[in-house]
Amino acid sequence: MKKVLLLFVLTVTLFACKDVDEIINPNYNMTFNFTQNWDGEEITNPDYQTTVYTNANGEEMTISKLNYLISDITFTDKDGDVTVIEGYNIMNARDGVNTQYTPSRKISEGEYTLSFTFGFDDEDNIDDAYTELNSPPWGWGVPDELGGGYHFMRLEGMFADNTGTQTPYLYHAIRAAIVMGENPETEDTSFKVDLGAVTITQDTSIEIKMNVAEWFKNPHQWNLNELSSNLMMNAEAQRMISANGKSVFSLGTVE
Amino acid sequence: MFFRKTYIIFYVACCCFLITSCAKDEKDNLEDEGYEPTPLSLDIPSIFEERISPPVIPQDNPQTEEGVALGKKLFFDPILSGDNTLACAGCHKPAEGFSDARQFSPGIDGIEGSRNSMPLFNLAWNYQENFFWDGRSSSLENQALQPVIDPIEMHNTWPNAVSSLQATSDYPELFSKAFGTETIDSTLVSKAIAQFIRTLISSNSRFDQFLRGEIELTESERNGLQVFEDENRGDCFHCHGDPNNPLWTDNDFHNNGLDEIFDDLGRGAVTGDPREFGLFKTPSLRNLAYTAPYMHDGRFETLDEVIDHYSEGLVYSETIDPLMKAVGEGGVQLSEKDKADLKAFLLSLSDESFINNQDFQKP
Repeated sequence: MKKVLLLFVLTVTLFACKDVDEIINPNYNMTFNFTQNWDGEEITNPDYQTTVYTNANGEEMTISKLNYLISDITFTDKDGDVTVIEGYNIMNARDGVNTQYTPSRKISEGEYTLSFTFGFDDEDNIDDAYTELNSPPWGWGVPDELGGGYHFMRLEGMFADNTGTQTPYLYHAIRAAIVMGENPETEDTSFKVDLGAVTITQDTSIEIKMNVAEWFKNPHQWNLNELSSNLMMNAEAQRMISANGKSVFSLGTVE
Repeated sequence: MFFRKTYIIFYVACCCFLITSCAKDEKDNLEDEGYEPTPLSLDIPSIFEERISPPVIPQDNPQTEEGVALGKKLFFDPILSGDNTLACAGCHKPAEGFSDARQFSPGIDGIEGSRNSMPLFNLAWNYQENFFWDGRSSSLENQALQPVIDPIEMHNTWPNAVSSLQATSDYPELFSKAFGTETIDSTLVSKAIAQFIRTLISSNSRFDQFLRGEIELTESERNGLQVFEDENRGDCFHCHGDPNNPLWTDNDFHNNGLDEIFDDLGRGAVTGDPREFGLFKTPSLRNLAYTAPYMHDGRFETLDEVIDHYSEGLVYSETIDPLMKAVGEGGVQLSEKDKADLKAFLLSLSDESFINNQDFQKP
């Protein structure tokens, strides 16, 4: 009888713990919506190849492709404890592929600061490690000779050069390769993006905005006439892209 | 107590009934379905398995031994054409990488099309599932339906093609073995052909052997790979992939600077989107030794002409892909040595064992 009583008490206690835990520390689904704009003007599919934007350097340009990758979205609470959504999300902004990202990892109720890594940091930027990224249609690999690993972003389009000629630009972000060839030396040019405070009290949808104009603006006013292509083999250009990227992202609607 | 026992007996009886009825359903289904074809797993090369996402095999058309055998027979049989003279293999010849050495393949009426026959290999790894140069077909099964009724290709009707098959002494039984029914229709024909095409896997070129550590590349091939990967020289990898993508294509659509004015709108004719006028699918670089002529319209007879195009021959048009970054200079201006080395590397992607594979020859 004592054993039965003990079993009963244990069972009640276990169920009680579960209930209390769920009440005190519930877990919520996060959905991240990635949107793109040019200084506040939303960029949608019909804008690609047609809408002419003027960058900070005064160059008129169109966008034909905007694919980018973010990784390790991180929630940091006021005690400094972090919850990391391990993994990456690669998206095609023009076609809306993966622009809504719903990771399986849930987040507990609380107040956090939100951050993520643009691209892969060196720990995750492992050559040939991700079959999806090796596969079509992403074209995401960086050849060994250029330092290996993966692209962070492919922003491509046309601009009117200083003779008025429509000229391609390929604003590709990767890990900088300082030395190329059989034994390349690289420098981690991925960067952490801090989006500020979010409060989680329910399943939450979080908008992460990219202002494309900022890639060409701050701190380096980008001159497409000088830097339009072959940027993957230009370590200084990668450092500039990395610097400009830090003001590109901001927190949008949280609901 | 009596009530409790009755309840237990009733409960057990219900369980037995449920279990029995489940078993009966299964038995009935098996009787309904009768014979099951033999599952056949796709022989996925190790370099594919390690590097890229798994192949696309539709749930409603799994690979089977009988389905593949039937598909192979259909592929090589002119019975599908309007006058019984032209098989799929008539324009997709094994020795030519399952493409056609002629610029345009004539159909049964002698009329030529306007695009070069596409080579067929590694198509199970076309994740976007858009087939043809303009991507107008959304699956291999759908693709297989079209040449039969195209008036400038096999110029038949599906009712006629199905009647011809149904009237033979062997096809009804082969369809029964593959799909459990002797009643032939176009869907089953396309499923069988698609199963066969999914088996056409090429993964044993010299470069594949190099990746597997079996051979060394020549100096020219090694330098050619560097030209291919070098942004300041070939920069071919942004469309055709790098050694981590053994498909050697992005299966996407590009305007690669062939014409100022389009007489074929390509992808744009399918989507109606002017931004896609003059775009065509990136072909794989595998088996180029056997798949001349090149480009969607077969305009280049040799690989040298193709390399010259990207080096000096690019022309501007409104939809040109920005990856044709050197269009202002006509191309990437390769040296003669780099051109020769690039060609050597490209030819190292050709797979003689694929075109000679006995499993893929006419039965």
